[in-house]
Amino acid sequence: MSLLTISNLTAKIADEDKQILNGLNLTIEKGQVAAIMGPNGSGKSTLSYVLAGRDDYEVTAGEALLDGVDILPMTPDERAAAGLFLAFQYPMEIPGVGQMTFLKAAINAQRRARGLDEIKTPDFIKLVNGRAKELGIGADMLRRSVNVGFSGGEKKRNEILQMSLLEPKVAILDETDSGLDIDALKIVAEGVNRMRSPERSFVVITHYQRLLDYIKPDVVHVLSKGRIIRSGGPELALELEANGYADVIEKAA
Amino acid sequence: MTMNAVTPMRTGAEAALIAAYGVEKKEFPGGAAVNALRDAAFARFEAKGLPHRRVEEWKYTDLRALMRDARPLAATTDVDGLSLAAELVSRAKGSFKAIPIVIIDGQFIGALSGRLPDGVTVTGLSDALVAGRADISEAVARAEERFNDPLMALNTMFLRDGVIIDVAAGTVVHDDLHIISVVTAAHFVSSRHFVTVGAGASIGILESHVGPADVDYQKNTVLHVVVGEGATLEHGRRQTEGDKALHIASLVADIGPNAHFDTLTVTTGGAVSRNQLFVRFGGENSKATLRGVTMLRHKQHADTTLVMDHAVPNCESREMFKTILDHEAKGVFQGKIIVAPHAQKTDGRMMSQTIMLADGPEMANKPELEIFADDVQCAHGCTVGELDEDLMFYLKSRGVPHKEAEALLVEAFAREAIEDFGEGTIAAIDDLRAALLGSVTDWMLSREG
Amino acid sequence: MPAVQETVDTVRAIDVDQYKYGFSTDIEMELAPKGLSEDIVRYISARKSEPEWMTEWRLDAYRRWLTMREPTWARVHYPQIDFQDLYYYAAPKSNPAPKSLDEVDPAILETYKKLGIPLREQEMLAGIEPQNRIAVDAVFDSVSVVTTFKEELRKAGVIFGSISDALHEFPDLVRQYLGTVVPATDNFYATLNAAVFSDGSFVYIPPGVRCPMELSTYFRINEQKTGQFERTLIIADKGSYVSYLEGCTAPKRDENQLHAAVVELVALDDAEIKYSTVQNWYPGDAEGRGGIYNFVTKRGDCRGDRSKISWTQVETGSAITWKYPSCILRGDDSQGEFYSIAVSNGAQQVDSGTKMIHLGKNTRSRVVSKGISAGKSQNTYRGLVSAHRKAKGAKNFTNCDSLLIGENCGAHTVPYIESKTSTAVFEHEATTSKISEDILFYCRQRGLTAEEAVALVVNGFVKDVLQQLPMEFMVEAQKLISISLEGSVG
Repeated sequence: MSLLTISNLTAKIADEDKQILNGLNLTIEKGQVAAIMGPNGSGKSTLSYVLAGRDDYEVTAGEALLDGVDILPMTPDERAAAGLFLAFQYPMEIPGVGQMTFLKAAINAQRRARGLDEIKTPDFIKLVNGRAKELGIGADMLRRSVNVGFSGGEKKRNEILQMSLLEPKVAILDETDSGLDIDALKIVAEGVNRMRSPERSFVVITHYQRLLDYIKPDVVHVLSKGRIIRSGGPELALELEANGYADVIEKAA
Repeated sequence: MTMNAVTPMRTGAEAALIAAYGVEKKEFPGGAAVNALRDAAFARFEAKGLPHRRVEEWKYTDLRALMRDARPLAATTDVDGLSLAAELVSRAKGSFKAIPIVIIDGQFIGALSGRLPDGVTVTGLSDALVAGRADISEAVARAEERFNDPLMALNTMFLRDGVIIDVAAGTVVHDDLHIISVVTAAHFVSSRHFVTVGAGASIGILESHVGPADVDYQKNTVLHVVVGEGATLEHGRRQTEGDKALHIASLVADIGPNAHFDTLTVTTGGAVSRNQLFVRFGGENSKATLRGVTMLRHKQHADTTLVMDHAVPNCESREMFKTILDHEAKGVFQGKIIVAPHAQKTDGRMMSQTIMLADGPEMANKPELEIFADDVQCAHGCTVGELDEDLMFYLKSRGVPHKEAEALLVEAFAREAIEDFGEGTIAAIDDLRAALLGSVTDWMLSREG
Repeated sequence: MPAVQETVDTVRAIDVDQYKYGFSTDIEMELAPKGLSEDIVRYISARKSEPEWMTEWRLDAYRRWLTMREPTWARVHYPQIDFQDLYYYAAPKSNPAPKSLDEVDPAILETYKKLGIPLREQEMLAGIEPQNRIAVDAVFDSVSVVTTFKEELRKAGVIFGSISDALHEFPDLVRQYLGTVVPATDNFYATLNAAVFSDGSFVYIPPGVRCPMELSTYFRINEQKTGQFERTLIIADKGSYVSYLEGCTAPKRDENQLHAAVVELVALDDAEIKYSTVQNWYPGDAEGRGGIYNFVTKRGDCRGDRSKISWTQVETGSAITWKYPSCILRGDDSQGEFYSIAVSNGAQQVDSGTKMIHLGKNTRSRVVSKGISAGKSQNTYRGLVSAHRKAKGAKNFTNCDSLLIGENCGAHTVPYIESKTSTAVFEHEATTSKISEDILFYCRQRGLTAEEAVALVVNGFVKDVLQQLPMEFMVEAQKLISISLEGSVG
């Protein structure tokens, strides 16, 4: 059964005429890990921002159904409450806002939006400490302001921590492997793999095959000029790695 | 009786300047329009006099106290003066291959100036006033109205000569111009210059101010700059006036759209000096960089006062000023970044840093932000202190003698402002940077004791 | 549409006026005749049965004031104040000098209850650890109506009460210190205050005593057309410590009301004074009608070696704020601190900052100022840091950041940094920016609404200052900031 169905998605940068997504069609099945690969400028990050609802982009056509409901008219927080999570390529630093404050605010905002009671503080602390430990996030990192003074790897681990606490239906990982050394990559991948379930889907956006050695995808889609031009199994990623994008793009053209 | 109703006692300088205007005004060139400007400026000066510490913009440079007397207005330079001028001009030229534009005692001397590149015209202000060039009187009137600055008004009152440099649209000038301004005797010298860089044109202009030691001359000079659409002006300035001199310089710059303006002033001369910069963005997507290095010793007093006016959106400005103070010198930095309502996406950053080399100097900083638009990134920083003790110790532990260690660190301090100056428009930029850095080192090594 | 814009628009629709303390209390008051003259000064002094020297001191100040002009250098604009159209003294008629709580007009007690300021000691004691107790001096218009925990404090040697009482009980102490930090001739408003001040708090902490509880004064302006001119004097003798908090509110009225207070702090050798203010005077409505004109002179004198004075202020109220809590660092190794949050919304105008005057050797100061402007407000930081020739080794660090919300407000920074000694190290940094769209988007992607995201980021922005407040007031201040920004950010 499909969890996320994107049809004819067309989007441009808000103040410019430059079209970035050109009638993109993509279906993500429930429980599936889908990799989206593509060269620079193919629209990978744009896709993730458009799905999350960033103001800088304007959707000119198409729809994106999450569990049958079009999320495109929703505000970013409504999309988050609907179960969409974006692990940012460049997570933001928020000076003065403590990690725990932020995590609790986010969890409770989503719980409220779903009509649930707010989480009790002792339960919250227990929950965070447990998940943080799995990701090698120490107490000192939890005491600091959100992402402030974190290394690239720490920021990415922090994204995965947020994902594991917010338990989304679909998680989009935008170049989560960029800027990570191999050890950090493993920790992040383990964090993702722990969360794989028949109810949850992942969209793993990446430039390189390397991440897919650790997060094994069910399907691989190739994005070029704002459209999916080819889809296949995990072997497609290996083919791209071996032959480069030019080859695939040419064949598709 | 209220404070404002009190007419302050006129100082000797104010009385002398007022008297000089009465005597000389008939001799000044130009028609009714210019005379009206002079008279209006005179009325202002007569009413307000020289600025003093109760005038907020002049709080730290009380000219009423620092300029007790006024020298007589400069007359035609005599033979002795001319030979002194020749020597000073050659000193100012140094090894630069720039085209000289020579100003002696405030007067433009066409005969001593070099051959001009195509697309560049140079006119004496006095000739232009006689010819009744309306653009000049309009520019002067606009500046009076916009800034209401007492020293600019004083300059307008004595508007007589200077130089007008026009760079035709689209001209990329490969040779630098070098305005060399010398004073030969104890005069009050007033001069006004205009540089207009046409659309798409680019040019590098150097400016040197020199004069004899031990002569208490006074100079009040104004430079108007217009940088047209897509044009570039890089402006390097050296102020090495004589040790008794009073030097007041005002720069009024209007920057058009997609333009670039970079100015650097290195100040070591003068007993009392003030360098005013009034820069305004009038078109979007432009960039301006304002820099300065000031080195003062004994009882020298130097003031840098700037107003960076972001009147339109999408412009970027950088202001970086370094002050090095020795003995009982006094430094002043006042910088204001204004962001007008709707000047969104403004990016402005200002920094003033001071190093004190002795226990006697004073430094006053007033870095201001005045912001009326929300989507901006503006910052200013300011530091005052001694040379880093740890660095001094480290250098000395490597065998560098105290004095050289100080020179090394001060040069490094000044380097930041000098090294990034210009983006290659000034042809002699490498020579210029080397000369300026060299002057920092020389200044440090010439310290007594 | 950018998130900030969206938020601004959403809340523009909501009533901007969120002021919770705008009710007025209906009780009979005794007013001095309207206007200001030597007779009025004598009247005030007589009402308080002051010693003759005090009456003369006031009259000297009044005569001096007549020769002074209102300062115009601040970035605030308001119509000319008619100083003859004000009442300079207003006291509850029933009992202007109650001896105990039982004598206080019940309407006043009800007022403080509504404001959340309990005045009955037994109510305050319920469930509170002794170290967390707070003693309150409640000033209603011109008079102090009650001071709590007076007796318990007296056991520790601490004098805490109204300055009027202190003039009778400890005249020598008051005379020794009054006007020594802010001279009666200091500035237009301070001089006016010296002439007509009605009440305020007096605190004396004896040598070596750590004040056993937080002290606080709660100022309430109630009467119409009344100026409030309180005067506070705090003396921390050698080696003592006190933490003091000041709160203020006023009813919503269409007219502007004048508040011109003077606060003097004296810290002797090794003493420390921590002075916190949560200023929530009525700010006026969104169009700028009504609100308090707050012209305040606050100054601390670190008179002794190794003394320390720390100012923390959360300024959310007043139509006009003109206020520069300052430190004179006279003693060697003394320290001054200024932590400030100034929030302006609607048509508010804030011109506030500090002066750190380094006179002694190895004196240190720290300034952290966070300004938040929204609506059509103008918010200016104005500060002076100076090191005199003898202030060898002086150090200052200043950080002032401004945050703009919406395109119709202004944020301005006017620091003066003057050094006359090479051994001083001054560092100053200032930034102005708007809330980052990227950060807001990040927060909203995690499920926070636009309003929640802005509130979270603003709280992060002011955190360094909030942390300086006594614990009990931190949460209160945090809420106050959010409320003040309602109507601009939700």
